[in-house]
Amino acid sequence: MLNTEMSKLKSRLEAVLFSSDEPLRLERLQTIFDVEIDLLRCGLHELVLEYAQQNRGIVLQEIAGGFQFRTRAEYAPWVAKLNRTRHNRLSKAATETLAVIAYRQPVTRAEIEYLRGVDSGGIIRSLMEKQLVKIVGKKDVPGRPLLYGTSRHFLEYFGLKDLTGLPQLKEFSDPDDVTLSLEMDFDR
Amino acid sequence: MYEVKVSAFEGPLDLLLHLVTKNEMDIHDIPMAQITTQYLEHLDQMEAHNLDVASEFLVMAATLIHIKSKLLLPRSDSEDDYDEDELDPRVELVQRLLEYRRYKEGAEQLATYPQLNHDVFLRPEQADDQSDPLSHEGQDHGPIGLFELVVALRDLLQEPPPPIYHDVSTVGLTIEEAIDRLVAKMNGHEQLLFKNCFVGLPRREEVVVMFIAVLELVKRHKCRVVQLNPRGSLYLYPLVQDQ
Repeated sequence: MLNTEMSKLKSRLEAVLFSSDEPLRLERLQTIFDVEIDLLRCGLHELVLEYAQQNRGIVLQEIAGGFQFRTRAEYAPWVAKLNRTRHNRLSKAATETLAVIAYRQPVTRAEIEYLRGVDSGGIIRSLMEKQLVKIVGKKDVPGRPLLYGTSRHFLEYFGLKDLTGLPQLKEFSDPDDVTLSLEMDFDR
Repeated sequence: MYEVKVSAFEGPLDLLLHLVTKNEMDIHDIPMAQITTQYLEHLDQMEAHNLDVASEFLVMAATLIHIKSKLLLPRSDSEDDYDEDELDPRVELVQRLLEYRRYKEGAEQLATYPQLNHDVFLRPEQADDQSDPLSHEGQDHGPIGLFELVVALRDLLQEPPPPIYHDVSTVGLTIEEAIDRLVAKMNGHEQLLFKNCFVGLPRREEVVVMFIAVLELVKRHKCRVVQLNPRGSLYLYPLVQDQ
């Protein structure tokens, strides 16, 4: 493909991505442009690099499996002045609970509280209202407790491509250990 | 929701971890007597500052004392077979502390990530009521859960009904009638805005009946409820019946 055609594709991609409300997936872009997926990947990749290298005020990021333009974090103070409500950061307790859910999902409330050592019902509720956490099912144990997991919005909130983008935990222990000790706890 | 923070510790595990780190103790070989004393001193300080010590802290205090007393008991060396009671009584506590430390560190790192609408912004969303939901074909028509439905119902109930001056007689709307109305409304349309189901229903009781009718239709596989994006409007899509 000629260079000019690639730059045309990139400009078109840029226009479509700019006008979208949500992260656009490759499949969706393919139905719009009807070109080979490798070409799209290549165009997107170049766009991402161009925005990153030219140190622009916005960046093109891969979010929750799609691509999206976002402002650069360092310009938040100015953007916030544009009559936009700047939300507070999540509290320490909320972030901790969210981290437990994100790493351990699907996880029950009892497991979250065992891991954190404190009652977490109120925090789970407010995380659900913020749409960061959702109910993903019921655990097949007596009482059928609800299982919680992180939502798509969670990825968008922290600018993650997928769950592998979470910070790496130091050492990994067998998750069964906790389940086991949980059961022992109930016997007592 | 409001929450009493006890000297910046998220909970008993957080406090214990702090004590272990402060005293440079080996987490795998915690001196129980020392840590129990310090833990209890800390609880005393909290009370001295007129802080309500949350029950979780007291449970942990009891656990610590229990473990400490177990360690004081002489071990029955005579028995050859080690049953579970012979295990170091600190094992579970250490497991919990290690596990807690991992997530605490994970959370601390996660907290450094840029957060949407605080550090990072998007172009404002277009008012989704104007956009044609069908143009989103192929996008994530997220099937929604009970929680979203309940939130939507709560929003409806929060809109104050127009005042009624003459309460003549209760016109009972039955669920079957509500279903018939919904079916008629959806007939010939691709979709129906969730809010529009409730047009012309001034009374809370009728809103509730209509809400149950929506649930009933979903249960009977006559329609499904979808949401185009978080906080967006809900839509009812009639499902085509094969029979």
